[in-house]
Amino acid sequence: MFSPEIIKYAIDLVAVLLLALGIKGLSKVRSAREANRLAALAMGLAILGVLFNASFQDGIALSALLWIISGTLVGGLLGIFVAHRVPMTAMPEVVALFNGCGGMSSLLVAIGVALFPVASTSEALNVSLVENISIVVSVFVGAITFSGSIVAMAKLQGWLSTPNWIQSKFRHVINLGLGVLALVAVFDISRGGLDGLWLLVVSSVLLGIGVTLSIGGADMPVVISLLNSYSGIAAAAAGFVVGSQLLIVAGAMVGAAGLILTQVMCKGMNRSLVSVLFGGAIGQDLGSSANQGAEYTNITSCSAEECALTLEAAERVVIVPGYGLAVAQAQHTLREVTRLLEVAGIVVDYAIHPVAGRMPGHMNVLLAEADVPYEQLKEMDVINPEFPATDVVLVLGANDVVNPQAKSDRSSPLYGMPVLDVKEAKTVFVIKRGMSAGYSGIKNDLFELANTSMVFGDAKKVLGDLLVELKELGVGRSV
Amino acid sequence: MSFLSEAFWVLLLGSLLGFELIGKVPPTLHTPLMSGANAISGITVLAALTLIIKAGDNLPLLLMGSVSLGFALFNVIGGFLVTDRMLAMFSRKTSRRKDFR
Repeated sequence: MFSPEIIKYAIDLVAVLLLALGIKGLSKVRSAREANRLAALAMGLAILGVLFNASFQDGIALSALLWIISGTLVGGLLGIFVAHRVPMTAMPEVVALFNGCGGMSSLLVAIGVALFPVASTSEALNVSLVENISIVVSVFVGAITFSGSIVAMAKLQGWLSTPNWIQSKFRHVINLGLGVLALVAVFDISRGGLDGLWLLVVSSVLLGIGVTLSIGGADMPVVISLLNSYSGIAAAAAGFVVGSQLLIVAGAMVGAAGLILTQVMCKGMNRSLVSVLFGGAIGQDLGSSANQGAEYTNITSCSAEECALTLEAAERVVIVPGYGLAVAQAQHTLREVTRLLEVAGIVVDYAIHPVAGRMPGHMNVLLAEADVPYEQLKEMDVINPEFPATDVVLVLGANDVVNPQAKSDRSSPLYGMPVLDVKEAKTVFVIKRGMSAGYSGIKNDLFELANTSMVFGDAKKVLGDLLVELKELGVGRSV
Repeated sequence: MSFLSEAFWVLLLGSLLGFELIGKVPPTLHTPLMSGANAISGITVLAALTLIIKAGDNLPLLLMGSVSLGFALFNVIGGFLVTDRMLAMFSRKTSRRKDFR
């Protein structure tokens, strides 16, 4: 029998299948792009499915259609605009922003259904207990996702720094208090109170802020990934609220996948999820500890010219790019320098620390933008044994990820974090604007080693000078 | 109760599927995967749509649904486009190398 009901189920099934294939494909380099399009297609199908089903059941009122179109236009156009405008360096912020908006959407749906129970759709869902639970979950998780993501974005943008008061242990009391407040609100909702709903919204939003604000910028990627998982959970809860199995399955998939991804990232940074969430920012707890603000002695600095001379004589060069490189927008100049070296027959590799850039994998994206061949990007475990056979290491805007303290100094807050063993190389050049500390605020012992030379200056400018010097030396001139 | 029990099964199986789908992810793909998964989590568009369709002539509800739809679509469309932009840079590289050879 041909019935719209069956078509709707078929569309839903195909959409779920495509979504699953999409997530699966996104975890392999070769299939990633197609997988992303597949997932987008699945989303489009799912939307058509809802519209199709509705128009067959009761029809869609004209006014509803107008509201749908206006919402689509505003959200869609803004999305297209932002997606095209955002520079690759700002990717973490933008993902956080998108994620926050997804959370906001679930939050609004849940509030809408709670205020106007007419909108509750599935007849079977009139079981008010379940409906209440799913509304509560959707509001709670949606609100945390929203405010947490916005705080994460603001911190990554540098609009918000970690205030000192929130670093104190007192913050746990505040967050706990907010949690209790949320529970009280839930109790009120369970007795049919509407005040409880608003109390829940407010306390959850504040809780999202309170938890995220104390987390250091270096841990932000983990937080975004976790919040991404939350937004999946919020979507699944919204699925219970409006009675959509497709929403539940997609939300659950994203929620679970996000959780796994979060764990993978934590492993890369050698941090446990618990210490990321409750430990506060690395280095900030130290306060007046001797480690912080320590003076550097024995610093050797040199000019771009000397650096170029050493590079000319090298056979094997490893570049260690960090976020500073991206901030200076120097990827492209770097690529010109390495092209010269490659033409001159020097082997060039890039050592990519798992958390290089500001999000795992961020640096790979930035270097890919500058046309660096994918094969030259070496992961930490691959490149570390090769440093002793390396003539020159160029550290560009990276700091904590090359700090030997992480291996040698048990008292260091960085101790245990996997780092790149650049000090094993014959010569290390650190290109840096000044002697300021890295993200963690911890002194870097590498700078004082005998085989390390500092080249002071903005990464883009130094690389530009380097390019000129290398050309004058005749490096890479095709004969 | 049929929808409810079905819904819990769906939740359970969906979560298991999500856990299984992501096994070993190369670090290169962490950022795109995160942004792709993020786009998928914008699936709340469906909830927003349902809300609008069922709202009848309830103006506040229509407005809420519409705003919710806007937020969700911002997430979905922006998320997929941004992911595609990132992944395009990886695939560009491999295809160009083929041209050279």
